[in-house]
Amino acid sequence: MEDVLIIGAGAVGCFIARSLSRYELSVLVLEKENDVGDVTSMANSAIAHSGYDPEPGTKKAKFNVLGNKMMPLLCQELDVSFGKVGTLTVAVDDDQVPLLADLLARAQLNGVEAKLLGPAEVKALEPNINPAVKGALLCPTGGIVNPFTLTAHAMENACDNGVKLHLSETVLAVSRLYDHYVVKTDKDTYEAKVVVNAAGLHADEIAAMIEPVSWKILPRKGEYYVLNHYAPGLVNHVLFPLPSAKGKGVLVTMTTSGNYLVGPSSEVIDDKEDLATDTPTLASVRAQAQSLVPNIPFGEQIRVFSGLRATPSTHDFIIEASQKYPDFINVAGIESPGLVSSPAIGEYVAKDLVGAVLPLKEKAAYTKTIKKYVCPLSLHRDERNALIQANPDYGEMVCDCEKVTLGEIKDALSRSVPCLTVKALKKRTRVGFGKCQGGFCQPKVVRLLADYYHISPLEVLYDKSGSAIILDEIKKEAK
Amino acid sequence: METKDLLIIGGGSAGMAAAVGAYDRGVKDILILEKGPFLGGILNQCIHNGFGLTEFKEELTGPEFAQRFITQVRDRKIPYKLDTYVTSISKEKVVTYMNGVDGVVEVQAKAIIMAAGCYERNAGAIGIPGDRPAGILTAGQAQLFLNEYGCLVGHRVFILGSGDIGLIMARRLTLEGAKVLGVAEICPWSNGLNRNMVQCLYDYDIPLFLSHTVTKVIGKARLEKVIIAMVDEKKNPIPGTEREFEADTLILSVGLVPNNDLLDKLGIPTSRSRGALVNEHYETSVEGIFSCGNVLHVHDLVDNVVEEAREAGEAAALYLKGQLPAHKESITIVPGNGIGYVVPGKIDLADSGDDLVFKFRVRQPSRSVFILYEFNGVIIKRIFKPVIIPSEMEIEKLPKNILNSNQGTITISLVDKET
Repeated sequence: MEDVLIIGAGAVGCFIARSLSRYELSVLVLEKENDVGDVTSMANSAIAHSGYDPEPGTKKAKFNVLGNKMMPLLCQELDVSFGKVGTLTVAVDDDQVPLLADLLARAQLNGVEAKLLGPAEVKALEPNINPAVKGALLCPTGGIVNPFTLTAHAMENACDNGVKLHLSETVLAVSRLYDHYVVKTDKDTYEAKVVVNAAGLHADEIAAMIEPVSWKILPRKGEYYVLNHYAPGLVNHVLFPLPSAKGKGVLVTMTTSGNYLVGPSSEVIDDKEDLATDTPTLASVRAQAQSLVPNIPFGEQIRVFSGLRATPSTHDFIIEASQKYPDFINVAGIESPGLVSSPAIGEYVAKDLVGAVLPLKEKAAYTKTIKKYVCPLSLHRDERNALIQANPDYGEMVCDCEKVTLGEIKDALSRSVPCLTVKALKKRTRVGFGKCQGGFCQPKVVRLLADYYHISPLEVLYDKSGSAIILDEIKKEAK
Repeated sequence: METKDLLIIGGGSAGMAAAVGAYDRGVKDILILEKGPFLGGILNQCIHNGFGLTEFKEELTGPEFAQRFITQVRDRKIPYKLDTYVTSISKEKVVTYMNGVDGVVEVQAKAIIMAAGCYERNAGAIGIPGDRPAGILTAGQAQLFLNEYGCLVGHRVFILGSGDIGLIMARRLTLEGAKVLGVAEICPWSNGLNRNMVQCLYDYDIPLFLSHTVTKVIGKARLEKVIIAMVDEKKNPIPGTEREFEADTLILSVGLVPNNDLLDKLGIPTSRSRGALVNEHYETSVEGIFSCGNVLHVHDLVDNVVEEAREAGEAAALYLKGQLPAHKESITIVPGNGIGYVVPGKIDLADSGDDLVFKFRVRQPSRSVFILYEFNGVIIKRIFKPVIIPSEMEIEKLPKNILNSNQGTITISLVDKET
């Protein structure tokens, strides 16, 4: 019998696990994908929003502001790249200027530091901004964060503190038996005193397994461009247009890896698995972005992608026990600003919701940090030499574009959250993330995974089950 | 700090030929830095034949061609380091490299030749619409998997783009038992060498769809379907012309891009080839830093690469002896109408050899046209071309006495017979 069973290892599931790992509890996390943070948590704007935008009084506002405040220290503890670069919400025509004042008032109600800037001030901060700019709202606490490692390192920290993680395991049924729950998956059956439903896009389906629910999760697709890290200074802040009913609009931002991200679109769709991009939508994203920054070098495009936001029909985060059972906790509808909110949601769910039904006794041996990931290219020459002397793998380059060494890949493979797939390694180390998109390094990565897990290269997956990269071997006797 | 007269970045065909060129002109203190585990670079995965027809007057495979140059390098005892990655170059010509044996090393070079090759445009760069499953990869990546790792990337293959590597992979995959369903090319002409069209597609009855592109890829985990459609003159898909292929693999052969990051980061100006802008000595805007081979501009024949690289090596030797004239760069060469790019981008008449050599590619195939050379607005030469195609680099020589001044602009353009 588990004390707590968490369904879903997205950002929220990972941070709930981390917050619970501080206590004397047995915690099991079930994730249907082959990696943590593999759906919505990896395909988003990678922004640590300041919290100026959500409607005051909502859960979105509360957890966003709390999460944002946690970010700097948290990212140190979890060895995650974070940049407090500030956000600018930009008005490009006169009609929009009064809306900036409304946003400022909202920021103040939410307790978020914010300041109105005139056109000259905006141009001084952002030389590439649309010259027609009329003003902007500056929120200095907004920033950028690496969404891949934020999620994975939170879970790594949880696992280091005793949480059990089962990847590639889909929950089929949840039922209540006397005073606990029986959770049946495609592989096994588990019993737990408390269930936390953090199933992202599928949270409504999981919630409905124990009682009828009035809310739904609507997949809302957002498509993006990723540009290469060719030169700094295209933008110096996260640039937003003014928000609308459809969300925060198409942003232009740098990422923690020095790339640029342009997007997202916003379209409610029916299919929770539909991650296809399409040309007209991306063309529209491009046009909208150009109204903020006219000369975006789209020739530097290295990838397009789309993500699905888990939009709740209630329009606010759903973070509460079910109506009937205080020990079945729904954490659902965590759309934007979900990434930045997730650490605060994790704390709340652990202390207030799980704490209401289970005794929370702090572990003596709890550690809140993970072992540092060594990045040789960021080290000073002498330190790097010492590192390579101690471990020559840190001198062997695997990914030329992103400068990822064999040592970093082996380190990622050895951690408590496994990297089962090429994509998991890519998210953890950036191997294959660059301009050649794995053209040179993917065969090496496939071989490394096959060797590490003692499997055939045919069994190495790109991401999902069925996503083998190679389908056959030739001349099998050859070395 | 360690010093070297000449540091060569890249130990493929260009790097090796540049080293030989410099050595034979008296430079002995050379070091080649190669990121891979062998000399020879991409030639090692090009196990088909057709290399060396001009260089060695015989038909070799890629590894055989590479071996000829490896032998030349070894005969001269030119040192090289394998599995070695260059992290940066400075304008002062300090090169920083690293590997597992030496750690991080800084070398003060007197001259540098950049010979780092190119990389492939890929699905991310062209943003293929639809899903992002496994099974979509570049032709060179599929070739690397197959020829160096012994892995077949798919059974039912569709190919987008008619670049040479794609065509060669169509044949190679067919020979390994895969079914190649077709090749779509967005242009109304093929972009591979004619011999590859014949020997890799027609000989195997692989259909070629000109003026077609992939409009959607479908597959959640692994590729399941590829949808192609005909395109109009502006390359926009025409609704109603879609065809569907049940393919587990989509291979892209949609162009190569010089791998010029190290020089880009120095702020060295680039040409329209996306390689560095060089003068007739293959020298960049930084004196003593040279560029040659596919990192300068993408070649269709390795024979041309080694010839160019040898010349760059010879120029570096002259530079090291103090015999290469200081930069004046008084004449600018501009690609005009119908011309994609020109190498070199600058020349200085007084320093040039007997001939001016121009290498360029046209943007589209044409018949019965002229290549027009204008110097400061005056036509100085008109060369008739019965046929000219983008997939074959043009190399033309003009006598230097054709120019009457050492100042100005040469524009090279393609014009119709009538004009």
